[in-house]
Amino acid sequence: MSVKQTARILSTYAGDTSGVCSALFELGGMTVMHDASGCNSTYNTHDEPRWYDRDSLVFISALTETEAILGDDRKLIDDTVRAVRDLCPAFVALAGTPIPMMTGVDFDAVAREIEEECGIPAFGFDTDGMHAYTSGASKAFAALARRLVREQGRQPGALSVNLLGLTPLDFSVNGTENTMRRVLEESGIATVSAWAMGSTLEEIMDAAKAHVNLVVSSSGLGAAKVLRERFGIPSVIGTPCGRRFNEVLVDAIRQSAENGEDRVLPVCDPAAKRVVIGEGVTAASLAAALIAETGIPARAICATDGFAELRTMQVPQATDEDDLIPLLEGAEVVIADPLYRPIVPESARFVPLPHEGFSGRIWRRDIPDLAEDLTGFMKENDLI
Amino acid sequence: MIRRLGSVPVKDVRIADAAYPSPFRGGLEFSAPARGTWNIVHTGMLVPEAHEIFVCAQGCLRGVVLTAAEMGASERFSTVAVRQNNVTDGDLEDSLIEGVSDILEKLPKKPPAVLVYTSCIHHFMGADLSHIYKTLRARFPEIDFTDCYMNPIMRKSGLTPDQLMRRQLYSLLHGAPKRDKTVLIAGNDFQTDDDGDFVSHLRQYGWEIYEIQRTKTYAEYQTLAGATLCLTNQPAAFPGGELLKSRFGMPHLHLPLSYDYEEIETHYRTFCDAAGIPYPDFAALTERCEDALDAAKQAIGDAPVEIDYTVTSRPLSLARMLLSHGFRVTRVYLDGISGEEQADFDALQESAPDLLLSPTVDPVMRVRPRETGEMTLAVGQKAAYFTGSDRFVNLVENGGLYGFAAVYGMADLMRDAWQTPKDARSLIQIKGMGCSSCL
Repeated sequence: MSVKQTARILSTYAGDTSGVCSALFELGGMTVMHDASGCNSTYNTHDEPRWYDRDSLVFISALTETEAILGDDRKLIDDTVRAVRDLCPAFVALAGTPIPMMTGVDFDAVAREIEEECGIPAFGFDTDGMHAYTSGASKAFAALARRLVREQGRQPGALSVNLLGLTPLDFSVNGTENTMRRVLEESGIATVSAWAMGSTLEEIMDAAKAHVNLVVSSSGLGAAKVLRERFGIPSVIGTPCGRRFNEVLVDAIRQSAENGEDRVLPVCDPAAKRVVIGEGVTAASLAAALIAETGIPARAICATDGFAELRTMQVPQATDEDDLIPLLEGAEVVIADPLYRPIVPESARFVPLPHEGFSGRIWRRDIPDLAEDLTGFMKENDLI
Repeated sequence: MIRRLGSVPVKDVRIADAAYPSPFRGGLEFSAPARGTWNIVHTGMLVPEAHEIFVCAQGCLRGVVLTAAEMGASERFSTVAVRQNNVTDGDLEDSLIEGVSDILEKLPKKPPAVLVYTSCIHHFMGADLSHIYKTLRARFPEIDFTDCYMNPIMRKSGLTPDQLMRRQLYSLLHGAPKRDKTVLIAGNDFQTDDDGDFVSHLRQYGWEIYEIQRTKTYAEYQTLAGATLCLTNQPAAFPGGELLKSRFGMPHLHLPLSYDYEEIETHYRTFCDAAGIPYPDFAALTERCEDALDAAKQAIGDAPVEIDYTVTSRPLSLARMLLSHGFRVTRVYLDGISGEEQADFDALQESAPDLLLSPTVDPVMRVRPRETGEMTLAVGQKAAYFTGSDRFVNLVENGGLYGFAAVYGMADLMRDAWQTPKDARSLIQIKGMGCSSCL
């Protein structure tokens, strides 16, 4: 991490607070960002493409200076309970921001009080607005896995998976989640639940039926860990991306279902001249898929929060401009969100790949669905 | 497709039963996707050639970074991230100073002015802001620095971030030779309408209009300090006017936007007396308003009209005027009532007791059906969202209409909105109406 933590021109990834909201958006709960103002409009303007058309309950607590100084958690509890009574959500989630982090709000305790008063599950997340959305979403999915997934045996018959780590912040709203389901289904693999796009809360609660967890972004890592601990479900880390990489992915799912071992699929070539910048799992999967399709080496840089599996994937993590720029030296092709263009060396060819988690809605209509077929993207960008 | 969650309680209140100034109980807040109002990034960009540097946590940076990106102004915008290590190490001052210095060294060309925005964290940790700015000014003597704030947690403690931002727009002025017959209209997001009666009247008598929006270079911006008079007409602009008065001895006239003929005339008289110019022909201007209102009424007929607070700082004054001209105003969306609206509130309690007030931030507004059952004219973006109407006035902060133009301009816009349906979904989600946008 650079000492100065500056961005002369780069954007910033969606924060962990938004990650919680995005992860839980479709599940019928109520998420409350404990913040003064700003997080709410940022989330629903730039981080949540479903906001206008789906009435999911995401609110802000409207914290004031006085409440923060006095540690007045009672107001948060009372306001939340009142909204629960008006709106009858299936659960409550509280997500922290910088000031509650500084004043040391005990979100677990606040959640317990709300749960007692309302009689519905309540979760507290100690997000602080200083981490990327992947961290927040991972915490939210892990909490669902810990509290709401029911004990039950594996689904009989066809091999099945849970898709873990699906949010529009990585996959936008272009139907990628449906393509993933279809790709797997065509290989005889059923999807029990998709966390959390296109699945109901009931389906999520049935996740223990699945044989394998397919972790499609680092947002799914927390849930994968819990589901392994609670139900012994193995995980395969990798994002469906292009026909050849998907064949490898399907084989890995079958092997993990048989022997119960975890697998980290995308492995990059650290010396490659083709570079993908983005969220760790999706960027590494795209790099691996390009290698599989073209035979040309490729590597990835994880620009969101780091995680242990990056080492296996041979993916460095860099967030700040000062850290990213040296990693791009010698690159011939850089594939990244268009807002990265200003820091790409002039000697490299830039291939824009918009990413909702970075540039928000600006290029939403240009975000491709790469889950099945990479050919169009490769042809369009002269990558073959 | 809109998916709804079922029936929910109604939080509307008849104006006769409403409490002043807070008709609704506070609590959790919803944010409707109507984004035309400006934020502190848009407003700060009004200082020509200035560079904005925001210093805050990643989650807070996100909204402002993308505001700048969407308006194509990323080259004038940079950030310094505040992380947990800065909080635990207590090095907020050093990290800010070194971060800002690092950015300035990397810029292809040094800007003449830098707006440094600190955040809630700096204020809670008691960061020594005067040390920060003193050090930066010593390091970069060729650059003007000013303190700006993204500290919404302080929104109920003294000046709001919006008021502070509008005030700080003028904090970079050095002072300039006085120029006769010039008025600085300060603190507005929008330039005052050149075709409106107010600007036309002043120009007729040789007065020049100074506004930050009219300046294209930093040097030109500096001439604003030489204005003869300062005029503010938005509540949030008032502190800026007071700053100009105290720093440059500029008489400050706060003459709020209004839709009431008598109040508009009073403000005109106050201004003309201060400027030493004759009054305009009030009868002719009133007649122009009446003609525009007649035409609008003829088009809109008895259809319901719903107004929100983002379209104007005087939604109750607007409702009162429209009701007195036979329009069927059924609802006003607002979350609080400003001091400038108290007389309108009192009058409407008597004259239109059944007028409904609806909150915009109450959580139940998230799931309230966005339809009215009959074709409705929505005045403002939030009204368009809540009514689901495609007949809406797409305007924020009155769009620079002032004087009698506020009345006849609004009437014209209402008539046009009624006759020309628009796609609210695509229009109201664009941030910072009137700014450039890549969407």
